[in-house]
Amino acid sequence: MMKRDLIVHTAFAVVVSLLLGASALLLRQVDRVRADEPLQEVLYIPSPKVVERLSLGYKGLLADIYWTRLVQYFGSKHRAKSRQYLILEPLLEMTTTLDPKLLPAYDFGSVFLAQKPPEGAGNPAAAARIVEKGIRENPGAWRLYFQLGFIYWLELKDPAKAADAFERGSHVAGAHPWMRVMAAALAAHAGETETATYMWTNILNSTEDKDLRANAIKRLLCLRVDREVTILQERVDMYAQHHGRAPAGWQDLVADGLLRRVPLDPDARPYQLQDGRVHVQDMEPFPFITRGLPPGKELGDLPGEKGFKVVPQATLTP
Amino acid sequence: MIGRLWAIAFNTFREAVRDRVLYNLILFALLIVGASVLFGQISLDINRIVLINLGLTAISLFGIIIAIFIGIGLVSKEIEKKTLYTVLAARPVRRWEFIAGKFLGLVMTLMVNAGLMSVGFFAAVLYVSHGLGRADWPLVTAIYFILLQFVLITALALLFSTFSTPIFSSIFAFAIFALGTFAEDLRGFAQMAHGVTRWAMTFASYLVPNFAALNVISQVAHDTPVEPRLVLLNTAYVVVYATAVLTAAVWIFGRRNLK
Amino acid sequence: MAAIEILGLEKSYTTGFFRNKLKTGLKPLTLTVEEGEVFGCLGPNGAGKTTTLKLLLGLVFPTAGTARILGRPIDDIEMKRWIGFLPEQPYFYDHLTPLELLDYYARLSGVDARERKAKVARALARVGMGEHGRTQLRKFSKGMLQRVGIAQAIVHDPRLVLLDEPMSGLDPVGRREVRDLVQELHDEGKTIFFSTHILGDAETLCDRVAVLNKGELRGVGIVDDLVREVKGDVEVVWTGAQAVGPIEALGARTKITGDVLRVVLPEAKLDQALDALRQNGARLTSVTPVRATLEDYFLSKIDDAKDGASADGAHATEVRA
Repeated sequence: MMKRDLIVHTAFAVVVSLLLGASALLLRQVDRVRADEPLQEVLYIPSPKVVERLSLGYKGLLADIYWTRLVQYFGSKHRAKSRQYLILEPLLEMTTTLDPKLLPAYDFGSVFLAQKPPEGAGNPAAAARIVEKGIRENPGAWRLYFQLGFIYWLELKDPAKAADAFERGSHVAGAHPWMRVMAAALAAHAGETETATYMWTNILNSTEDKDLRANAIKRLLCLRVDREVTILQERVDMYAQHHGRAPAGWQDLVADGLLRRVPLDPDARPYQLQDGRVHVQDMEPFPFITRGLPPGKELGDLPGEKGFKVVPQATLTP
Repeated sequence: MIGRLWAIAFNTFREAVRDRVLYNLILFALLIVGASVLFGQISLDINRIVLINLGLTAISLFGIIIAIFIGIGLVSKEIEKKTLYTVLAARPVRRWEFIAGKFLGLVMTLMVNAGLMSVGFFAAVLYVSHGLGRADWPLVTAIYFILLQFVLITALALLFSTFSTPIFSSIFAFAIFALGTFAEDLRGFAQMAHGVTRWAMTFASYLVPNFAALNVISQVAHDTPVEPRLVLLNTAYVVVYATAVLTAAVWIFGRRNLK
Repeated sequence: MAAIEILGLEKSYTTGFFRNKLKTGLKPLTLTVEEGEVFGCLGPNGAGKTTTLKLLLGLVFPTAGTARILGRPIDDIEMKRWIGFLPEQPYFYDHLTPLELLDYYARLSGVDARERKAKVARALARVGMGEHGRTQLRKFSKGMLQRVGIAQAIVHDPRLVLLDEPMSGLDPVGRREVRDLVQELHDEGKTIFFSTHILGDAETLCDRVAVLNKGELRGVGIVDDLVREVKGDVEVVWTGAQAVGPIEALGARTKITGDVLRVVLPEAKLDQALDALRQNGARLTSVTPVRATLEDYFLSKIDDAKDGASADGAHATEVRA
């Protein structure tokens, strides 16, 4: 009797497990098909306030769900190197309306939203607006001011507002001390590479995060390129003024005593000189340079496909 | 065996059909379909979208409600009222036949319901778009997916009915339906976790019935066709999952002492 | 061949919140019911009668022991074609009419489609419900439901009919009709196994009875034999008031009607009583044995139980009612 029971139970357990296993495999296929569908761009309820009502008070949970969905949406789009993030902003709006205290949503969400495609949605204005909202809701979170300052400075190119954001944030208890220095530096040398160098050096020295350090180093190298290209271009221009024609190559400048040798970029490749214009040979290692871009990649163009990882600055450990 | 299955299924169907509550629910669903025509007219240029969204949602939700409220009583009510005694005790009916018959009966009921509501729905679509054409095929797919939802929820309600009281069963059934509509997000959550949590969450998220992929209402409202591959996969998934649930129901019910 | 063979069938339940209390439903029971017999299973409520039936019918699973019905094991599906069952206080699908209900049951029992209509009609007529075939069951009284219940137990012409408290909920006329029906089924050669706590029914109908109490078999046998086991009383009638004292000294109370005196004594004391009458010069009129009833036997078996007197008292009252 007992033995027969055991056999029956085992048989049932095996059959049910096998069936559930098969259903899980089918589910993976379903997910794969669904991931390709344009459905993802459809936002069911466009109004955050309506969603808030419909949540029947379970706002926190719903916010978490929206946040997860947002991260997945961004992740899948980013992997696909998409240039359009249609519902990123409404999703972020929804999430932060449902749970205004969800700091990671502001931190990461604003980065996703602000950066240029394909790194992000390329909508820094909306990002700034959402972070401002976050600051209103969480006046004690200094990282939000920090984030806001970055958006104004790097994406919106508005050093005055950036300085203001750093300034406001520096008054918050627990704020990183050099926020005040940043504010002052930005106010004094608006947009100059010295400010940027100072800032990134600070970041490099104040964090243990590997990704963050790598990013800071990359930024600093790019700033060095910017500086070197500026100097080289001055020399080239001097040569042109003096001789009435552009130099044919670096040798002309060395011969004139304007340079000691052929200049190398931080990647140890020689800078290129073409029709009197200085540029790097390959901008792959220097994605953030503003000067000396190779022909066809001059500023104004969006950087093409490049594999730089999005690093949210806000994970900075003070 | 087929004769007995059919007899039990038909009796279940007949019981549901003679229940007045059922008609009230169907009527209510049809009213919503009708109202959505009016609702669509007062909003700008999206009356078809509103009609499809609201109409199909009504068919789906009311069907789910009917499935749960009938499903949870399928076995427990028969035990409670002891009607089961006269079926299982002295008739050549195996317990799994009883479960299967009950399941088929309720699915049959829901198909007929959905059929009635769909007639109303298509009449409304006809009224709004002045004709039905090839472009309306996705609507049929959406309704087919709704039927698949019914199959899943019926199996689950029946499973709960074999070991729990109607009140708890209905709570379980609604909870798992709600979870199932977030199944994809749950799998997303699972991927964000780490270590043992990730393992456990992935396991749980694949165990939850996937109602999310069966809801293509908003998709078809925007006239986006449904991929044939999804139709195939969803069908296979529902068949396999419902079989698993029913097997579990038979497993539990087969060992149960009917006091 | 025996209709029912029970071999050490036993059931215990676990109860309590943590399923940690063991409760006995039926102590090991061994019993045989012969084919063609009307067999009564007696006992107060909670004695284990219904548990026995549920074990036999596969509704609950035995903790130990086996049983065979019509020569087949109890989990044999085919055997069930040949048995009919009336549960205690039956409920039915009240959205159905008796005709639909019986048709459903006949279908489940595998009655051929061609015979079904006739068999359903016959079963309804036999329980006197022929006219109510098309009324929904929700409108029926308890007694009518009981009749429908009996009809469903016999609709497929079973060889063995198990009835759990078939008389409950019936008025005196209904009880009489059910008794007649059982008698008819018996005459047709069917085996009938029924449980009851109404002793009169058992006494008039049964060939043999079993008495259960607290999940235990207390006695089984032919009704007459069982009754004989109980030592009967005798009624002594005489004239001559002078003998009252000595007779009452034997522990009985005298009833006086004019000159005639009467007393009921245990048979064992008859000799002493007769001696007393003779010595006091009274005139003996008659000595009549008072026949023991099944109730006497039943009560003697119930009282055997060594447990709480109050509980037994409660059972006894119920039995008398």
